[in-house]
Amino acid sequence: MKSLLYVITALAVFGLAFWAYRENYATQQVLKETRGLQRQIGAAQIRLNVLRAEWAYLNRPDRLLELAELNFASLGLLPLRPDQFGRVDEVTYPLQPELTITEGVEVSGLNARSQSEQSQ
Amino acid sequence: MTRRPLRPLARILDARAKGENPDAIEKENIRQRHDEMQVKSRQRAEGRLLVLGVFFLCAYAAVAGRMGVMATSEPREPVASTAGSAIAMQRADIVDRQGRILATNFETHSLYAQPPQLIDPEATAARLVEIFPDLDPERLLADFTGARKFLWIKKKISPEQKQAVHDIGDPGLMFGPREMRLYPNGSVAAHVLGGAGFGKEGVSAAEVIGVAGVEKQFDSYLRDPGNGSKPLTLSLDLTVQAAAERVLDGGMKLMNAKGATSILMDVHSGEVISVVSLPDFDPNERPQPPTSGFDPSVSPLFNRAVQGVYELGSTFKIFAVAQAMDLGLATPETVIDTRGPLRWGKFAIRDFRNYGNALSVTKIIVKSSNIGTARLAQQIGAERQRDFLDDLGMLEATPFEIVEAQGGKPLLPKNWSELSAMTISYGHGISTTPMHLAAGYAAIANGGRYVSPTILKQDGPQMGRRIMTEESAKAARLMLRKVVTEGTASFARVPGYQVGGKTGTADKPRPRGGYYEDKVIATFASMFPAHDPKYVLVVTLDEPSVFAYGEERRTAGWTAVPVAAEMIGRLAPLLGLRPQVEPAEVTGITLTSN
Repeated sequence: MKSLLYVITALAVFGLAFWAYRENYATQQVLKETRGLQRQIGAAQIRLNVLRAEWAYLNRPDRLLELAELNFASLGLLPLRPDQFGRVDEVTYPLQPELTITEGVEVSGLNARSQSEQSQ
Repeated sequence: MTRRPLRPLARILDARAKGENPDAIEKENIRQRHDEMQVKSRQRAEGRLLVLGVFFLCAYAAVAGRMGVMATSEPREPVASTAGSAIAMQRADIVDRQGRILATNFETHSLYAQPPQLIDPEATAARLVEIFPDLDPERLLADFTGARKFLWIKKKISPEQKQAVHDIGDPGLMFGPREMRLYPNGSVAAHVLGGAGFGKEGVSAAEVIGVAGVEKQFDSYLRDPGNGSKPLTLSLDLTVQAAAERVLDGGMKLMNAKGATSILMDVHSGEVISVVSLPDFDPNERPQPPTSGFDPSVSPLFNRAVQGVYELGSTFKIFAVAQAMDLGLATPETVIDTRGPLRWGKFAIRDFRNYGNALSVTKIIVKSSNIGTARLAQQIGAERQRDFLDDLGMLEATPFEIVEAQGGKPLLPKNWSELSAMTISYGHGISTTPMHLAAGYAAIANGGRYVSPTILKQDGPQMGRRIMTEESAKAARLMLRKVVTEGTASFARVPGYQVGGKTGTADKPRPRGGYYEDKVIATFASMFPAHDPKYVLVVTLDEPSVFAYGEERRTAGWTAVPVAAEMIGRLAPLLGLRPQVEPAEVTGITLTSN
């Protein structure tokens, strides 16, 4: 009985040791992957930051002004002035499309019939 | 193990035969057995002690070894969990009120050399000079062939330059990663942003520290990794700032001024939407600070808005009048004796021209009468005037959050006498910065509450301490409106935006005492729309002079006011203000009889 207990204990120790060993390496693997991912995130963030800086640089007011002046012929952009504000009631309603008669009703024909009915 | 009997029969029988006591044999055997047991147990105990000793030795060796490893290895954060370890940049971004980037970081490289490892110093130096024409070839060669073991060649290089240096292929040339501060908008808001430089420099990294402006003021915030990548949000609006700089720059050149500054401030929240000081600079390549010995305002680094301490002239008159009305000493219709010159001891106060014997308080502001405001100041008294200006924040440096603002301490009279009170009432004898003036006008504009100018975006109105009653502030605003409609600032009529404001022209003081005859500081402090002001705009031109209608004109009405009007016409639409028809004054119909 006692020896059985010893054997079971020893087996349990083996089992636990094996489990701990595996967990340890699994954890290390996950940490390694995480570090890799974080490095990637860091690199992506740096890239993103460069793109943001570039966006800001391309959108700097001086450049936009120059571009607006260069492309004045096609865009006609001018600085915003107070007289460019309008009120809603200054906007005309869109013009109604003119009515086109597709199915004409013969008015004269009806008249002709009523005349003929009267004459009967 | 065989047990030896205690009473071996052979020996007992033998002893009995010899007539000896057989018990002695037993005792002898017991003693022998005890001796053996003793030896055995001692050996076992010694063995155990040895094992224990070895165990402790191992344990201590392990602890000592670990300590040694920890002491000598690079520190590394223990990674127990993987969540929440954000990779932050070394320094937070700075953005404007709409989140547009004003300052950010950029990955770059520095170039250094280790001359002992250079294979061909002469050729390397020659090719480096080709890439960087600003390097001195002789000095570089001397450094390369001399005793130096290490030298920095360039602190920041572009990727193209890096590739070119790489192509030289000399193993003595090395690159170190650097994070540099980038201001993508160039000189826009240069004085606010300030600039950044390198602090402690190593081969693998360098500290980026702010050297001026908000970069220095909020250095610890920007460098705090606890903020993550949360940017610092300023109250500036990039579009408005750029437009303001452009218009002011044009105005400065038209008016032949050597410097100009403008401040646009929200009167309720105290947010400074735009602050310009010209001439300006590119914070990406911040110029060297001026060497001592000459006027600091010549340097483009000089921020006129917060460092330019000048007498701002007649723009101060409205404070004296507002206080007089607040104290109940006068109403807008009260008539004041303005016969000049007003004598005080040896000192005489004169007006720009003679305005007659008496003027109402409104007319005093409209015509800008020094004598009238001086008389009001006499009634107010020095003590009360000082307290009032103190409430308006005119006696201390402004709390504006850039480091340079602390240097803009107002210059006050040492002895605040009645004469000082009289001159201060029309803006002489007290020197303040345009930022002080903007805060003072904001208090009138928002109905009598102090607002401290701030560069950080606010959530709502400040609701600061009350300085004057709502009614006094309103009456003062009406007067300022009249200055534009019928007074000295008639050029400030901007269709659609009712501007109210006051001009001020003050002679520039000579460095050695006295005043220049032909150099002035022209200021126009304004608020718009006048019936319910939202913004205060202060425009100051340094030494303007314009030739108009047959004479050389320097007064603010001819110089600062047209520039301010152009700025309002350009900026107000950008601020989202619709042009409005002014509510007409209720005049014309008078009830004559019931």
